[in-house]
Amino acid sequence: MSEEALIGLFVATVQFGTLVFLAALGELIAERAGVLNLGVEGMMAMGAVSGFMVGLETGSPWAAFFAAAAVGALVGGFHALVSVVLGADQVVSGLALTIGGLGLAAYVGRNVVGERPETLFTDLGIAGLADIPWIGEIFFDQPPVVYLAVLLGFSVWFVLARTRLGLAIRAAGESAPTADTAGHSVMALRSGAVMVGGAFAGAAGSFLSLYMAPGWVEGMVAGRGWIAVALVIFGAWRPGRLALGALLFGFTLALQPRLQSFDIELLGVEVNRISPALLGILPFVLTVVVLVIISWRYRHRPSVAPAALGLPYRREER
Amino acid sequence: MAKKFLLRSLVVLTALTLVAAGCGNDDDDAAPAPAPATEAPAPAATEAPEPMDDPEPMDDEVVAAFVFVGPVGDAGWTWAHDQGRRYAETETGATALFVESVPETAEDFRAVALDFIENEGADVIFGTSFGYMDTMEELAGEYPDVVFEHASGFKMNDTNFGNYFGRMYQPRYLSGMAAGAMTEADQIGYVAAFPIPEVLRGINAFTLGAQRTNPDVEVHVNWTFTWFDPALEGDAATALLEAGADVIAMHQDSTAPGLAAQEAGARWVSYNSDMSAFAPDAFITAPVWNWGPYYARIIDAVAEGTYTPGAYWGGMADGIVALAPLADDVPDEVAAEIDEVAAQLTDGSWDVFTGEIRDQDGNVVVAAGETMEDGAMLGMTFFVEGVVGDADPS
Repeated sequence: MSEEALIGLFVATVQFGTLVFLAALGELIAERAGVLNLGVEGMMAMGAVSGFMVGLETGSPWAAFFAAAAVGALVGGFHALVSVVLGADQVVSGLALTIGGLGLAAYVGRNVVGERPETLFTDLGIAGLADIPWIGEIFFDQPPVVYLAVLLGFSVWFVLARTRLGLAIRAAGESAPTADTAGHSVMALRSGAVMVGGAFAGAAGSFLSLYMAPGWVEGMVAGRGWIAVALVIFGAWRPGRLALGALLFGFTLALQPRLQSFDIELLGVEVNRISPALLGILPFVLTVVVLVIISWRYRHRPSVAPAALGLPYRREER
Repeated sequence: MAKKFLLRSLVVLTALTLVAAGCGNDDDDAAPAPAPATEAPAPAATEAPEPMDDPEPMDDEVVAAFVFVGPVGDAGWTWAHDQGRRYAETETGATALFVESVPETAEDFRAVALDFIENEGADVIFGTSFGYMDTMEELAGEYPDVVFEHASGFKMNDTNFGNYFGRMYQPRYLSGMAAGAMTEADQIGYVAAFPIPEVLRGINAFTLGAQRTNPDVEVHVNWTFTWFDPALEGDAATALLEAGADVIAMHQDSTAPGLAAQEAGARWVSYNSDMSAFAPDAFITAPVWNWGPYYARIIDAVAEGTYTPGAYWGGMADGIVALAPLADDVPDEVAAEIDEVAAQLTDGSWDVFTGEIRDQDGNVVVAAGETMEDGAMLGMTFFVEGVVGDADPS
């Protein structure tokens, strides 16, 4: 494997990692507030198509990015309405969001399929740092969304771990009655978390349609929303571990095409003979492995998952 | 807690299954099965449809209806079929209706087709995805007065159900000649969807063409196992470029490999349609579909009452497949040679899989002077010498 190819592998790792990290970070916020949202795939599709359309119209990738976030928040708001406000089953509502979001995105975008965007996100090439061999190309010559994602990761960690708001959000996710007793509106906390989560997923979708694969075509999210859902479990609901997991998942995504192009031998096994179809499910396999490990490690202790995750809260049913 | 974990794992696994199933279903461009068209017995028409109360107000005008698997704006497979529909409408004067993005499930196709037949008075229905085949066969039995024509399939009957496809390997060979001449690294990357005969045939034809203009060329294949994942397709092209290729060819429906090539300052051979607008600096040429003349011919035959079903596999001679215009910087002598070979393919004096052809292991698969038969071409499972990659990757 040449040096250029190896650098390329890590460049793609960071980009695919950013894509699933952004979406998973949003899902993490919602889940820490106690709401499981399986609609990430649908929200990403809506973000991808609306971001792309705004990008076509305005020529500004940032306008597109924030429009996609707004649409994601709106779609997430639907899940909040159904599962938080009305107290419907979160799994059903989330799955409906995925199926409906994919369908709606296909409908909304039917006339822009095959359109060519004029302005896209471009790589930043941070002065001075981008020229460092290896590290520069991998970490300091990426599109701005990558750095924004890092910033958002720190912000989410800070808010959740170090602020009163974060404490309230976590309380809503661990024990809604407790949060309620403390004077917080569980409904507002959860709805807000789901909508912010939707905004993250929508923004991730626009990163896909405005940078990674410029354009819109039905089905272009291609299961990455589900990888994001898996990633939250993999990251044990902690932003830091989520970032590490995102890089690992990004690496498996970047590895899939590259393994075929190079002869790599590990311990006498020709690694590149592994089926690319099998490689595609590696993130899910890793998630199941981590699930087993954490359920084993936490078998005598409370779970790492937010205790009230998936449970609707109605005050009078306490 | 254990229960919750169980639920989550279940949901993730279900999602995985959904994703996997989606990949399979969305195969809009499937290969004809190896079996040459045989006369499948028409299913017993269980229920004769009630005589339609004259759904055709204009008696002498033929109504053709097209069922597309993707959106007409996809710049690829469905776009090409829609161009054919428009051409046929103009040529024949018939009404040519269409519905786009129809899933391959039986219920979906049936609902759309029945609407065409009962409400629009359709006389002929074209279905443009492999997965429509069985439903079309059933409908052909139920509606003997309507003609059903199926792209890329292999089933037919004696009266009103035929199939059609094109010898895409012919213009693929020509596009390979151009690509072989344009590569300076002698390495071409080929982003390919699934290891099925149609795709293998295209890769082999492309490679043989590239070897004609550049004996040292290697064609590196990268499988994506998807028709619809632009991010992965683009990244596969990037991986091939990083591995040393400087020209990208593809058997995918998105333009993502071309955008990746343009980004890297490399060149690109697209597929389905002339995609030069998407990556003008990278574009070399493309093997393209041209369905119009076939559609016009079938509609005319239906109008005149002379239609008989067939298993049509037309080539450059029929114009159903062609090569898009070459980029300006393709050398003149290469362009002239491409014209010459195109003329041979068109007049039938020579075909692509003419010996001697060896497979990757050096075994002779077509002896000198012999030409491979259609059946063998439709069931192709090997790579020719010069292809780097695995013809059976799973």
